[in-house]
Amino acid sequence: MKFMMIVKATTDSEAGVIPPQELIDAMQKYNEELVKAGVLLAADGLQPTSSGIRISYPEPGEKPKVTDGPFTESKELIAGYTLIEVRSREEAVEWALRMPDPHGYGQGEIELRQVYDVEDFIDNPETLEKEVTLRKQVAEQKKA
Amino acid sequence: MTLTQTHRTIEAIWRMESAKLIGSLTRMLRDVGVAEDLAQDALVIALEKWQEIGIPDNPGAWLMTTVKRRAIDLMRRKKLRDQKHVEIAREMDLNHEEDIDQTLDGEIGDDLLRLVFMTCHPVLSQDAKVALTLRLLCGLTTAEIARSFLVAESTIAQRVVRAKRTLRVEKVPFEVPPKGRQRKERLSAVLEVIYLMFNEGYSATSGDQYIRPLLCQEALRLGRVLSEITPHESEVHGLVALMEIQSSRLKTRVSATGEPVLLMDQNRAKWDRLLIRRGLAALKRSQTLGSTLGPYALQAAISACHAEAPTAADTNWIRIAALYEALSRATPSPIIELNRAVAISMAFGPAYGLQIVDELSAEPSLKGYHLLPSVRGDLLFKLGRCEEARKEFERAASMTRNDREKELLLNRINECEYRGTN
Repeated sequence: MKFMMIVKATTDSEAGVIPPQELIDAMQKYNEELVKAGVLLAADGLQPTSSGIRISYPEPGEKPKVTDGPFTESKELIAGYTLIEVRSREEAVEWALRMPDPHGYGQGEIELRQVYDVEDFIDNPETLEKEVTLRKQVAEQKKA
Repeated sequence: MTLTQTHRTIEAIWRMESAKLIGSLTRMLRDVGVAEDLAQDALVIALEKWQEIGIPDNPGAWLMTTVKRRAIDLMRRKKLRDQKHVEIAREMDLNHEEDIDQTLDGEIGDDLLRLVFMTCHPVLSQDAKVALTLRLLCGLTTAEIARSFLVAESTIAQRVVRAKRTLRVEKVPFEVPPKGRQRKERLSAVLEVIYLMFNEGYSATSGDQYIRPLLCQEALRLGRVLSEITPHESEVHGLVALMEIQSSRLKTRVSATGEPVLLMDQNRAKWDRLLIRRGLAALKRSQTLGSTLGPYALQAAISACHAEAPTAADTNWIRIAALYEALSRATPSPIIELNRAVAISMAFGPAYGLQIVDELSAEPSLKGYHLLPSVRGDLLFKLGRCEEARKEFERAASMTRNDREKELLLNRINECEYRGTN
């Protein structure tokens, strides 16, 4: 199962302040550990929202609204993510606990979210039915 | 946290650490069986203690210190006082928890490598290697391994016990074989075990399930670990590339109703792009390290051709046929020839493929191999020889042990009858 460890934005990350060397080293070491354990799939840091763009749909069915960053509600923003593949939810939590505090001044926050697998959708009987009908159609088309 | 939650957490941590614990203990005690017992003891101690004192800040280090203390006690009790053991005892500062991160790079990586060379040692049978590797390197329980292979738990338990005894009786050393030919052979034995595990999961050879994801995941994880501790081995990256790319299709290999879906019919939009990207990167690493590609890297390169084709019709079959030819030269085998025949038929037409398949018909090692009649049937069908095709599909259906595959073949038989009468 896959989990995404989402590192929340902080005042510093939004201001584009480069983290102290210590934190950079600790993060690098942590990532190496993830790699050595064979659990790291991908990890990236994001630029501050000042260079971000937001597309929203305030009016259903209408054209989307495009807003340029920066965005203000910093608690809702993200600064980076690490995608891991683990054997259990507990293992994911354990890895997240081992990640260095991403900020160090009290604003550090990591959110752990499980990634949907295709099976999660297939469990839905409606999707399953659609999938089956689709396959039948394809089979009949082939015969024809 | 409830009691069960704590339990589950402790078990998860133990699993993350168990191979490292067993590796270090085997280095100290020179007996993998005793090492495993002590590692298991650590789990029991942790279950007891951590519920009292809470989970320590650095649980890995806590476990490592605990098992090392017990190992030293054991050595003292057994009066194994040769110089080496005394030294180890002296070197260890038992009043402080070791900083596991400090030793992680060199020592622990080396111990894991020694451990995998041990569990895949040539004195063991293939079954024993797989069971022991899953148990000691992946930390799976006997029950989990048994479930994965659809055998009784007692069978696996026995297999593991016997394997450990063999290692002890044969005095198999805990070491990385010296560089050179021997190392190369031993490494390829390790890769074979990992790929066997993966394949058993990927195309379950028996039972009503077509894929057993646990085995695929464990094999891939172990492959990824190995590629970190042996970063300069081209074939290790080749194998990882192969498994990453094949895993990218895991979700599309089975339909919503559980039938297998052939590569050409799979919905490519659902292929896992991240895994493909990782596979292609591993393949690139493999290619830069090796002057000529080894069998795993070649298979990965073939798999990559499919992964890179936006639609089935875009597949570069000429390249695939060439890669199969190279693979056939590297490791001559009738099964590879059969695959080459398929690639040739796709690149140049079914008649050319059929020629190769017919040459293989007399091959004794393919007797009972259901894919031979299955491929032959497909080529005949494409050539419009439906009656002959039907016979081949029937033969294949009677040979396969996998229920899902049988269903697929029965569909093809129906298809032949339909075409034949229309």
